[in-house]
Amino acid sequence: MKYVDEFRDPVLIQKTAEELRRAAGERHFRIMEVCGGHTHAIYRFGLKDLLPENIELVHGPGCPVCVLPMGRVDDGLSMAQDPHVMLAAFGDMMRVPGTQGTPLEMKAKGADVRMVYSPLDALKLAQANQEREVVFFAIGFETTAPSTALTLLRAKALGVKNFSVFCNHVNIIPAMRAILDSPDMRLDGFIGPGHVSTVIGCRPYEFVAKNYHKPVVVSGFEPLDLLQSLLMLVRQISEGQAEVENQYKRVVPQEGNAAALRAMAEVFELRPYFEWRGLGFISQSALKLREAFAEFDAETKFSVPGVRVTDPKAAQCGEVLKGVLKPVQCKLFGSKCTPEYPVGALMVSSEGACAAYFNYVHRVQAVSGG
Amino acid sequence: MIKTVRFTDVQIELAHGAGGKASRRLIEGLLLPYLTNPVLEALSDAASLEVNGTRLAFTADSFVVKPLKFPGGSIGELAVNGTVNDLAVSGAKPLALLSTLILEAGLSAETLELQIRAMAEAGERAGVNIVGGDTKVVEHGKADGLYITTAGIGLVDTRVKLSPGQVRPGDQILISGPIGDHGITVLLARGELDLEANLSSDTRAIWPLVELLIDKAAPGLRWMRDPTRGGVATALNELARDAKVGIALCEEKIPVREPVRGACEVLGLDPLHIANEGQFIAVVSKEYAEQGLESLRALPGGSLSAIIGEVCEEHRGSVVVRTSYGATRVVDMLVGDPLPRIC
Repeated sequence: MKYVDEFRDPVLIQKTAEELRRAAGERHFRIMEVCGGHTHAIYRFGLKDLLPENIELVHGPGCPVCVLPMGRVDDGLSMAQDPHVMLAAFGDMMRVPGTQGTPLEMKAKGADVRMVYSPLDALKLAQANQEREVVFFAIGFETTAPSTALTLLRAKALGVKNFSVFCNHVNIIPAMRAILDSPDMRLDGFIGPGHVSTVIGCRPYEFVAKNYHKPVVVSGFEPLDLLQSLLMLVRQISEGQAEVENQYKRVVPQEGNAAALRAMAEVFELRPYFEWRGLGFISQSALKLREAFAEFDAETKFSVPGVRVTDPKAAQCGEVLKGVLKPVQCKLFGSKCTPEYPVGALMVSSEGACAAYFNYVHRVQAVSGG
Repeated sequence: MIKTVRFTDVQIELAHGAGGKASRRLIEGLLLPYLTNPVLEALSDAASLEVNGTRLAFTADSFVVKPLKFPGGSIGELAVNGTVNDLAVSGAKPLALLSTLILEAGLSAETLELQIRAMAEAGERAGVNIVGGDTKVVEHGKADGLYITTAGIGLVDTRVKLSPGQVRPGDQILISGPIGDHGITVLLARGELDLEANLSSDTRAIWPLVELLIDKAAPGLRWMRDPTRGGVATALNELARDAKVGIALCEEKIPVREPVRGACEVLGLDPLHIANEGQFIAVVSKEYAEQGLESLRALPGGSLSAIIGEVCEEHRGSVVVRTSYGATRVVDMLVGDPLPRIC
């Protein structure tokens, strides 16, 4: 498979891993992979087996369903209670628990919840079901926000009346800033998100290097990408440097995607503040629909409860999201909280650190005495 | 005697029919406690019955696939092959099938005829007759066109003794061909994804391959399974758990066609979790594995069979995959249902 096999080449991987081991020497490195896609890839490819012990990877907040507070899940599901409404969501959302159950459980009880692969599919549902109101449960960082924006532009151009978006799009930069400002912060550098950066480019990370003196390397998702990015980070850290580098040049343009950014700017504006699971309220960290698109705004069209719901007490999703705790250090991990019966979203999404850890690692360690 | 019911889920969801963890929970937690008996407790692909010194395999399978037709097959063909294959992996030559049709009022006679013809042709290819059955019709909107259940009875080859208890560390894991073709084909045939691939379902009767493997490797043949819903990963996880062994697969040796790999890569699925309808996994002792493999490869439809891993002492109860670059990951049973109504 082109663009995949080259980056899984055993000889190159072994060589890069060896180089990384040499470059890392003796000191301890704490590096955060911001993006949930990277967390997933690290576990899926078993990269821990290739890393020296003194490189510690800390999982970041870049998993869209993980950072969504339970109250927002409830708000979305409250719309699906209306028999007139068809709620469309990405597959990742389907098993995320709200206080009254998951979208999938609501569906089994008769609510009309549909899984879609793209917001455009939700718009198609609206066009095919004119007598219903289709609400798209929009989640994601700058990766998915442009496709929601384009869908809304199309809906407006087509004059679709029975389509709306429950907007939960968030921005990665304020979340990184919140982590950098957190008193628990003990990081040496960041693996920068790959997909988000295809949209926003590399410049928005420069404050991390300039103001916080931490290096950022924007990385691809294959084993070789990640090893190479770690090598670049380790070299910078060892030399006392802090720069933004782009390892994922084959996909990420330095300036991002101007067309996508324009579409986002046309459709969305910043919310004054938004609640993130684990990180709390962060100002100017999320998007809402502009006034010009109010007719497509589910929060205007429907009365949403908007009740703030705290996570189950024993669950430590917040600490795991901030990278303060490892998934296994949560009291519920693997016992009360499993991919089948998730308490928190981190155990649901394939990008969630807990699900990745549970699915790919924990039993091997358990058996080998870890 | 009724055992304790341990099924605590409050309602039935699609995942309970996906062949993964939830299915297992439903069967072991609710069905088994009420229906318990020594034959059922084995929870194998077919029940093993002894009648006047003759060992028979007896099984049933239902088909609710959507759409009814897809590249390389259709519900009628699946209904015959699925049951024949459950008999085959129990080491049994199929003797006869029964078939139950649940039809939705409004189903076109032409569609029905196509499927009955598909059943007849599949029966002929598998060398088995449909000797009886039942037909019911439900109101329009209460079924999706056509559901088929088939039951089958087969004669168990006296040379084989298959069970998880026979499996030993060092045994080899053999697969009869490339995995994931069926699940991905049906997924793409639904047309919900804008993906196209030159791919067709692998549905076929596997008895000719199994029969040859029995001929060549019966003394070393420990366990077989057709990895349908839940895929190879779920079948092997069940084996690892039931046999209290570990299973280590070698990623680069697992045959996966490029379009399946590509679709899984794009959709974030693991080919090891995708359903197959014309493959089987066999656990064979080391001394018989190579000759078993060679014989399969020589048979039409067996050329891509491969040894993909082995049974080991370590990490008992779980399945791990070793990558070509020296890393290891656990592969769990299927959780949830990424692709409902695939067969």
